[in-house]
Parts: sequence; structure tokens; C-alpha cells
Amino acid sequence: MTIAIRVDHISKRYRIGAAQTKFRYGMLRDVLVDTVTAPARWAKALVRRADPQPASVKDNFIWALNDVTFDVEEGQVLGIVGRNGAGKSTLLKVLSRVTEPTRGSVTVRGRVGSLLEVGTGFHPELTGRENIYMNGAILGMKRAEIDSKFDEIVAFSEVEQFIDTPVKRYSSGMYLRLAFAVAAHLEPEILVVDEVLAVGDAEFQKKCLGKMGDVAQQGRTVLFVSHNMSAILRLTQEAIVLNKGQLIKRAPTPEAVDFYLASGSQQAGERVWDAEEAPVSAAPFHPIALRLKDKRGKVLETARSTEPITLEFEYRLDSPLTGLRVGFYLSTMRGEYVLTSFDTDEPKMFEKHGARKAGFYRSRCVIPGDFLNEGRYAIGVNASSFGVRRYFMDENALAFNVDISGAPGTQWPELRQGPVRPRLEWKIERVD
Amino acid sequence: MAEAIQTVRHEPPTIYIKPSTGLAALNLRDLWTYRELVFFMIWRELKVRYKQTLLGAAWAIIQPVMTMVVFNFLFGKVAKVPTDGIPYPIFAYSALLPWGLFTTALNQASRSLTSNHNMISKVYFPRLVLPISSVLAGLVDFAISFVILIGLMIYYKITPTWTALWALPFFLLLAILTALGVALWLSAINVKYRDVNYALPFLTQFWMFITPVAYSAKIISDQWQIVYSLNPMAGVVNGFRWALLGSGSGPNAALWVSVAISMLVLVGGLFYFRNMERTFADTI
Repeated sequence: MTIAIRVDHISKRYRIGAAQTKFRYGMLRDVLVDTVTAPARWAKALVRRADPQPASVKDNFIWALNDVTFDVEEGQVLGIVGRNGAGKSTLLKVLSRVTEPTRGSVTVRGRVGSLLEVGTGFHPELTGRENIYMNGAILGMKRAEIDSKFDEIVAFSEVEQFIDTPVKRYSSGMYLRLAFAVAAHLEPEILVVDEVLAVGDAEFQKKCLGKMGDVAQQGRTVLFVSHNMSAILRLTQEAIVLNKGQLIKRAPTPEAVDFYLASGSQQAGERVWDAEEAPVSAAPFHPIALRLKDKRGKVLETARSTEPITLEFEYRLDSPLTGLRVGFYLSTMRGEYVLTSFDTDEPKMFEKHGARKAGFYRSRCVIPGDFLNEGRYAIGVNASSFGVRRYFMDENALAFNVDISGAPGTQWPELRQGPVRPRLEWKIERVD
Repeated sequence: MAEAIQTVRHEPPTIYIKPSTGLAALNLRDLWTYRELVFFMIWRELKVRYKQTLLGAAWAIIQPVMTMVVFNFLFGKVAKVPTDGIPYPIFAYSALLPWGLFTTALNQASRSLTSNHNMISKVYFPRLVLPISSVLAGLVDFAISFVILIGLMIYYKITPTWTALWALPFFLLLAILTALGVALWLSAINVKYRDVNYALPFLTQFWMFITPVAYSAKIISDQWQIVYSLNPMAGVVNGFRWALLGSGSGPNAALWVSVAISMLVLVGGLFYFRNMERTFADTI
């Protein structure tokens, strides 16, 4: 097999200086000051052989990618998983040449098409037809290439009727379909896909997944990043797991996904966020800890299907918030959601706790016994004000196993389909 | 040799990605493969520019004509600026054309990177495409307002000389390359320091004062002419008047100073841009 992509000890450093969190952009003033003091610094550096960078530069950076090495064979579909900030997007940006690595090198055989975000270069004033050409050109297609695929693109996007209408009149669904249609008809040797499937209705998602499958079958190399584990499992045979900029696992997809979901917790049943782990963007919300406890209040490692599980989420608010709801997602290891619930779902709870003062809080709920089937589950957390802002979200905060001993039907040693295993009350009557 | 080329053609191109060190190569070949994108960007710019306006492309005419009217009153009637016997309206308009092209091109191109930041942070393409297409899009407005100039020349019964045939394209090119050269510096700086947005109106205003748009370059004394021509736009505006109206002198030493400065700014700008390019996606 030939190697399509060879990633060789890639590292990427970003500046996140304190100055930059305060002011969005660099200020000329700072540079002028740095420039004026530069000769002194250089002189000092010469004498002491120290790094002549100003102190403000040296201290504030993060390694978004840290010494990542892997190969992708031609025609392989490789999944990339990792939590937010693990370096997935940075990796794709380096591969698609949007940004340069700080160290290391990449060798890519073939044209790289990226779907980092669909609809790049779409202009609201232009019609669907015009945007197809514009977007195609940005993605590196030749005019003749777009001409020949035009009908196919329009058909795929299902917006034939509105193709000569400015896209600002499109619904968001139509806009997205058109955008994805253009990108999906690129024919590069290597396709890089990031999260495009996170948007759009279920029907369209299915279509996109189908298209991705086709692309893979044509023998093209695909790198696929997603938080949707079922999509990763369906589309890829092998996956890599990134964590804090490092490649921590490469394995056949089911194994890699399991590893990723399991790596969510330092200790089974508990997830603690360090001060620096909580994203700055979440402020004033700070996640502290998420715990699963059994009915005796002990942090559990394996939940029993027949017993209730108490879920506790501790967090801090640095300033008062209104309309806040804190809740969780429960999903299977394959990424299918089982349920979503928020602490202020009940109207009277929302009345009482919708507005919360600054301080420490614990939101707690009980997942009833006789509910979950055996297997591995992931818990994601979400803190948001509906329609206003999502403060914090971690789709895979914690993973836990469910043991079914004592659950209904266990006398038959078989795998029961479905994520729930409720104890249903059956009645059997003779009706003849 | 021929065989080798054939086998290469079937192979997909191999791209090496690594941190660039030292002075980045200009890599103009990459720009050439993306020439269609330049065309599409110009086309988009033109399609969008006058959308949702009442007067549309008429703005390309209204701006220079209104400026001419105001200049005619202030400098022609009130201040009575010497014009070599040329009627002041056409004297001003023949300078306002290249000047308008220059400022439009400079303004659009200097903001081209920041206004297309989502493209830069999402997709790879040679970033030079953006300022280049912004500058070229300015030519269309120039062409529209040029029609008025022809009308004025007919009205004032001025016949251009044959030299205009080569001289106009030459000075047009000089205006465009000067605008591009300055815009390469400013657009790259603008990615990191948005101060450029605030400095631009000042810069163009100040620049107009040192360019013979409202007045004739002749009022500058001879010993200062060379210093004056350090501003390439002085060369462009003088050249336009000379080619169209036959006023002033043709290409002389001062013009070559203008050309040299313009080229220096352009080549420097190209290298500066290419070197800053590697951090555009991270800082924009």
C-alpha cells in the first residue's frame, strides 16, 4: 500500500497571551514598547545566552499539537476522535494547509479537499447558482469541473426551484444543503471532513453519511473528525484518539472509540475539572465535578441496572445568571442518545432556580432503577440559557458500565437489543 | 525525459508541509494555478458591490464628478489655481480618475484579508488572491468613470495625442502596482493590528495633498521635483495629464524615480506579505 499522508512529529504552538484575552487584537502600542525595549533584551540575551523573547511572549502559549506522528494509507478512511481542545481541528488545519505547523512535517500525496466548514465564501447577496461557482472556485475546482458537476450538485442539494434566488432568502437548511452539496462534489484524492454532520436535519445527515460512504468506496483517502461516535463507527475502520495535542491511541475503530469514551474519567464514576481544564469561554460558568453515586451515596464504578443512580453536577457561577439550565445527556457508547434532561425542565423549578446568584451549586437527579440495559454509557453535561448562550458543554464528561444482574430476562444469556431494560408489567391471559 | 514527464503526470502532486524558515519564497506558480479564483473574486466583488443600492454603478460616476464640481469651485473659481490654460473641470477630472482608482483599490485591498477572514481560517488558497482581485476590481469603476472623461474631452474639444495609446495603459499599470504594493503591506499588518482601518482614511487624505490632483505639479519648484516624485502617484497623475491633455512634460527622470519607488514598495510588500502569510490563519 502507498502512504497518502505521512504526519511526522507535528507540533503546533498557539499564543494565548494574557494580553490577547484582554484585547482581541494586538495593539501597535504594545509592539512599539517591545520594539523600544528590544535592544536591551537582545543585549542581555547575548550576554546571558537567554531567549530574547519578551517575558509576555514566552509564558503564554499552548501546544495545540504535540509531537503527533501517524501515516494514512491510500484509500483508508481514518477517524479522529478527541474531546474539545484535543487538537483535532488544528490537525486538520495543518493538513489542509490553512495553518503552518510549528515543528515537524507532513507529506501529502494528492490534492487535499477540506470540509472544515461548509459554505466558505458564500455571499448572501449572490444566488444559489452564483454561490456554487464561487464556493467551488474557493475549494480549488476549475470552472469546467464545476460546469460538468453543476446539475449533480443542484440535484443533491434539493434546491432546484430556488437556484436563482439570493441565498439570503434561503432557510438555514437549504443553505446548508447547498453548501454541503458543493463540497461533497469536490474530487480531491484526500478529503478532510470536520463535524459537518453535526448540523442539518436527520434526513439530510443520512444523505451526507451516504455520500461520505460513496467517497470512501471510490478509494479516496478520508480523514473524518466527529463527536458523533455512531458516524465514526459506521464510516471508519480505524481511528486515532487525540488528547491534549497528543496522539494517545490508534486502533480499529470500535476499540479506539471505547478507549476514548473510557478515557473520559480519571476514576470511574467521577469527573473533576481542573481550573485550567475549564474553557475560558464558559465564564462565568465553571464546571467543578460530575459524580455518579449509588443509593448509599458511594461513587460508583459499575452501576447496577436494577438500582437507581444519583447524578451530581457541581459547578460555580462567578456572576449571577438568568434563564440558566444545567443538565445532562445520556448516550450509548455508539453515540446514540438515550435521553436529555435539565434541572429546570419543570416550570416551577425554572421559576425558582432560573435566575441563580453567584456561588457554588450542585444539581442532582436520580436515574431510576430498572431502566438501563447492560453496556457502556456516556454522560455529557450542558449548561446554557435557552436561545441566549451555551456556557459549557462536554459531550463525553464521564463513562460508566451497567451491570444487569437481577434485571428482567437475565435467565437467558443473550444480548438484549436497545439501550433500556425496564421492568415491564406483563399480563398473560388466555383468550380462547 | 518525455517518458518521465508522462509518468509524473499520472501521479497526484505531492505536497510537503513544514514550518517555513527564513524568507518565504514568493511561490507565484501557486498563484497561477488559482488564477480562476482571482477571476471569481473580482466577479463576486462586482456583483455584490452595488447590490441593494438605488443608484447602483452610477456611484462610480457620481463620486468623481461631484468631487470635480467641488474642486472646480474651490480651486478653479475661488483659488484660481494655474492649469496651463486647460479648463479646470477636465484638468481636475483627468487626475481624479487615476486617483479614484488608486484610493478605491488601496482601500478595498487593505481590508481584503480581514473582510474575508472566514475564508482564510477555513480554506487554503494563495492569500495573494485577495488583495490582487480587490485591486483589479477597481478597474471596472475606472472604466465607467472614463466614459465621462471622453464626454468632457469632446465638450472641451481636446484631442489626445497618439502617445496616449501606450502612455495611458502604462500609467494605469503604475497606479495599480502602487496601490497593490502599499495594500500588500497594509493588508498584512491589518490582520494583526486593526489600527490600519483607522489610519487608512487619514493616509489617503494626506496622500492626496502631496499628489497634484487639485493643483498642477508645476507649482513645486524645480529643486524639489525629485523629492516630490518620490510619491509614485505624482508620476501617475502627471502622466495622465500629459497623455490626455498634453500638459506638463513627458517621461523624465522624476518619473523613473516614481517607478523605482513603486517597484520597491511592491517587491518589499510581496515578501512581507508572504512572510506574514504563515500566521494569518492563527491571528486573524
